[in-house]
Amino acid sequence: MTDGAVSRAVRADAAVVAEGLRKRFKDTVALKGVDLRVEWGTIFALLGPNGAGKTTAIRILTTILSPDGGRAQVAGFDVVSEPAEVRYRIGLAGQAAAVDANLTGRENLRLIGRLAQLPGRLVAPRAVELLERFGLQDAADRPVRTYSGGMRRRLDVAAALVQRPPILFLDEPTTGLDPQSRNDLWTTIRELVAQGTSVVLTTQYLEEADRLAGRVAVVDRGLVIAEGTPAELKSRMGSTVIELGLGDEERAIRSVELLSRLDRAQPERDASMVRLTSHDGPRLLAEVLRALDAEGLAPVTISVREPSLDDVFLALTGHHAEGAIEAADTRPTQAAS
Amino acid sequence: MSTITATIPAADIERRSAVVAAVRDASAVAQRNLIAYRRVPQLLVFSTIQPVVFVLMFRYVFGGAISVPGFSYVDFLMPGIFIQTVVFGAMGTAVGLATDVKSGLLERFRALPMARSAVLAGRTLADLCRNVFVVLLMTAIGFAVGFRVHTGPLGLLGALLLLLLFGYTMSWVFALLGLAVGDPETAQAAAFPVVAPLVFASSAFVPVNTMPGWMQVFANHQPVSITTSAARALVLGGDTASLVLQSIGWCAGILLVFAPLAVWRYRRAV
Repeated sequence: MTDGAVSRAVRADAAVVAEGLRKRFKDTVALKGVDLRVEWGTIFALLGPNGAGKTTAIRILTTILSPDGGRAQVAGFDVVSEPAEVRYRIGLAGQAAAVDANLTGRENLRLIGRLAQLPGRLVAPRAVELLERFGLQDAADRPVRTYSGGMRRRLDVAAALVQRPPILFLDEPTTGLDPQSRNDLWTTIRELVAQGTSVVLTTQYLEEADRLAGRVAVVDRGLVIAEGTPAELKSRMGSTVIELGLGDEERAIRSVELLSRLDRAQPERDASMVRLTSHDGPRLLAEVLRALDAEGLAPVTISVREPSLDDVFLALTGHHAEGAIEAADTRPTQAAS
Repeated sequence: MSTITATIPAADIERRSAVVAAVRDASAVAQRNLIAYRRVPQLLVFSTIQPVVFVLMFRYVFGGAISVPGFSYVDFLMPGIFIQTVVFGAMGTAVGLATDVKSGLLERFRALPMARSAVLAGRTLADLCRNVFVVLLMTAIGFAVGFRVHTGPLGLLGALLLLLLFGYTMSWVFALLGLAVGDPETAQAAAFPVVAPLVFASSAFVPVNTMPGWMQVFANHQPVSITTSAARALVLGGDTASLVLQSIGWCAGILLVFAPLAVWRYRRAV
């Protein structure tokens, strides 16, 4: 161990501990009392729609904002009274790809390296290492304003890793990425965790939380409304969502009456749509179609899919996740230019 | 305190003393800002073309109609052009910082273990370097259109240093403005109404005694006029010491108010 390693020693048995975090802005209450605990070497996801308070929580944990109430320790240091100690131990990639468009990729990483207090001899090699790791070596000496959205995002995440932080905060890291870049980033995050990094990320996508995170906190309107492993969360509502279009409301109402009598099925109606969630989707679908067909209620449309954030919200809160439906729908077209 | 149970990745951070870190971080930020001037030359070109146009316009178009007692108009004009250059240049500080607020870069900086003063110190330092370049260029252009120093090289040097100090001071005023508005276009629009009355209702281009009486009260005492008069005295001769001291006093006063305000605003900017 070098002197530097000693100076970054941590003094806590958890990477992040937050208790009762509260924050209000002029006209809105962003956090109403949030408790979090992130174990060392794990990935923790804050899952919620736009405006749920995820970003505010990240800003408080990364010492950018002060909470109005509650307290938080990152690597064992208080974010309010010992912010400098926290900053030595974290990396942050915020929601905006916060890099200087006039600098090249290499210059950006060197700048962050210097400001992260890397020893001078490490600044240049670390930049090279990260450019290679994120597939940016060919664009290394081009100004960032010539980069695509996906390249900027990769550079942004690379910049968060310059100081090899023990705790990494990623605010919606894959928003705006095409599927290939997103998968690459997931792989990178998993590699970092395998090497001992702890990661706190926010996402609007249940799929992302499910694939990456060891634990997930579902955030809604400034509160954590559910917390657990992805499996636990999904077990609350089933792993498959079946949606049947019945053509009109009258037929949909009759279908719900009929299906309610089926074992295990708990149909919900939304206008002429009937929705069922199940742990055993294929078998349920077969039963449902048989039952409906026998009564002359064959559906006009059928969709079978994995539950979305909105389904989690419906299951947990009974209301839709504001903004989440739209976000989920637009995802494929958000692929970076 | 809890026991240490975690292993963390190999650490390679250097702990530096507060002063060393402040200087290193500010110079890193200043270098970054200067790279932008090199890479986006229009930033520099536009802040240079405008004063050049002013020199030509006032020297050859308006100059004939403006009479100043005791000097040729071009000798009267050039100190005014210098101050206009540094004050308008300070608007760049507002635009640059507002750009960094908007892009999220300041947010990243605030989560880094860097000196809290570095972003503002680096920005204003880079803008000071830009001003050195532009002021030297304007001096050369002044000489080309007939400007002559009546005192000597030290007088000219003193005048340029005073003007650079004043420009640096104004950078802190506009740093606060840039952080407060957080959007480059708004920063530009908001800075102009601050700058225009200071530069034009002053002794920079015309003798103050040609203005209405109520405006003379303002124009005679505001910092741009005082500094212009001090710079003029340094290159043309006359009562120098009192004006220079007044000008330095203004700079010190403005810095004492606006530098802490700008740092305060930086700490809470998101």
